[in-house]
Amino acid sequence: MTGKPIPEANADTRPFWDACNRGELLVQHCRACGHRQFYPRGLCQRCRSEDLAWQTAEPRGRVYSFTIVHRAPTPAFRADVPYAIALVDLADGVRMMMNIVNCDPERVAIGMPVNIVFEQRDGQAVPQAEPA
Amino acid sequence: MRARVVISGVGDTPVGALEDSSCMSLHAQAARDALADAGLGFDDVDGVLCAYSLVEPHPMLSSVFCEYVGIEPGFNAVVQAGGASAAIMLAQAAALVAAGQCRHVLIVLGDNRLTGMTRDKAVAALAQFGHAQFEQPYGISIPAAYALVAQRYMHDYGVTPEQLAAIAVTHRAHAARHPNAHMREPITVADVMASRVIASPLRLLDCCPISDGAAAIVVSTPGIDTDKPTVALLGSGQGHTHEHIVAAPSLTDFGCKQASRLAFEQAGVTAADIDVAEIYDSFTITLLVELESIGFFERGEAGAAAAAGELTHGGRLPCNTHGGLLSYGHSGAAGGMFHIVEAVRQLRGEAGDRQVDGAELAFAHGDGGVLSAHCSLILGRL
Repeated sequence: MTGKPIPEANADTRPFWDACNRGELLVQHCRACGHRQFYPRGLCQRCRSEDLAWQTAEPRGRVYSFTIVHRAPTPAFRADVPYAIALVDLADGVRMMMNIVNCDPERVAIGMPVNIVFEQRDGQAVPQAEPA
Repeated sequence: MRARVVISGVGDTPVGALEDSSCMSLHAQAARDALADAGLGFDDVDGVLCAYSLVEPHPMLSSVFCEYVGIEPGFNAVVQAGGASAAIMLAQAAALVAAGQCRHVLIVLGDNRLTGMTRDKAVAALAQFGHAQFEQPYGISIPAAYALVAQRYMHDYGVTPEQLAAIAVTHRAHAARHPNAHMREPITVADVMASRVIASPLRLLDCCPISDGAAAIVVSTPGIDTDKPTVALLGSGQGHTHEHIVAAPSLTDFGCKQASRLAFEQAGVTAADIDVAEIYDSFTITLLVELESIGFFERGEAGAAAAAGELTHGGRLPCNTHGGLLSYGHSGAAGGMFHIVEAVRQLRGEAGDRQVDGAELAFAHGDGGVLSAHCSLILGRL
């Protein structure tokens, strides 16, 4: 028990979170207009089509921006400070938020290549990024 | 110029640690003062707009307020758009008055999140702005979300931490001129740089404090008999691009661009015509991004301008003359209303030691979420 928030899947996101538990990262792809989107939704954010397919994303990307957090928002994160939060642009063209794990926070930089790994959190695997 | 809608009254409580306050008592106090300022009473109010409270959260806060003060208005609703709430409420009230649906709309916002809840609880409650599945699991906070913007913006436009610090220093100097401000002790760039890191690159003094306080405005149909200069809403506009920072289409361009463009168009003025600006400044980076996105300064220039004194009296754009959220204080939804109250006082010539000479046209702007929801207002003295 880490005490950190555990994502609660809903109808939009259940396939994504189930895939995380298999070690796989899924991104929604719109069959109508070709748009890829994250986070998962019930319709395409660009053309509003509901004809969406799940595609396995390449588990790598680059840091678009980051911050090193020294003031935890809740007690669950207090033991981790300082920790890195990054916006990671996946090679497949979508942006996700992750922690940069297995890395000295001092080393995190914009443009840094990362690989996606999965952190086990009470029965739910959560995608994280580590230096490539 | 003949206005269809005027701002007939403004009111605010002290700001800071108000030990004997409750969320609703602060609402009532600000409302009473704004109505008195307009020469009106509670029974003249036929429209009410409230926002939200972290200390006393309720799905019907405006009904709670009306019950608390004992009024039964013909229109009553809540607007929740974070720090953009106050500006959006003013635009909405103006629409109600212009449409003839109301004669006097009371807008009131406030909270006592400094003394009414622990700092830890306030920080945790604010983290709820993050996406429950795709942001909160990573320990996101409001400062961390803005820090993501800051890091990228500094990378792209060469903004330095010292330039951000200059914004904080300017705001503190302004607050020292306001008797009600929460943080009035002067600070230097070195003080900001020496303050502890909250979420890099943002340090403690890059962040606004948590304050108790409330503010209210009365929006009326013209014709009230008053000896005060008349202040009118000349234009407003909004821009909404996202809620969660993970879904923001850009980390350098935000809805303030559209919001300000629409407001300037409606008022028939440009940024160069503005005498005084009161712009949402939850963090130093918030103001810098807005100043450059709106077009008051070129990209990468607002930081240097702040350091050169361009954001204070006698500078190119006197900005946040009350001290802003950074130093005047941040009382939840009321934070964005303090900017508007200050704009009205500047236009009336009632700003005392912090008066901008000859202020006739003011720009006020609210930002909710993580630069997510924006509303710009152009206010003018008639």
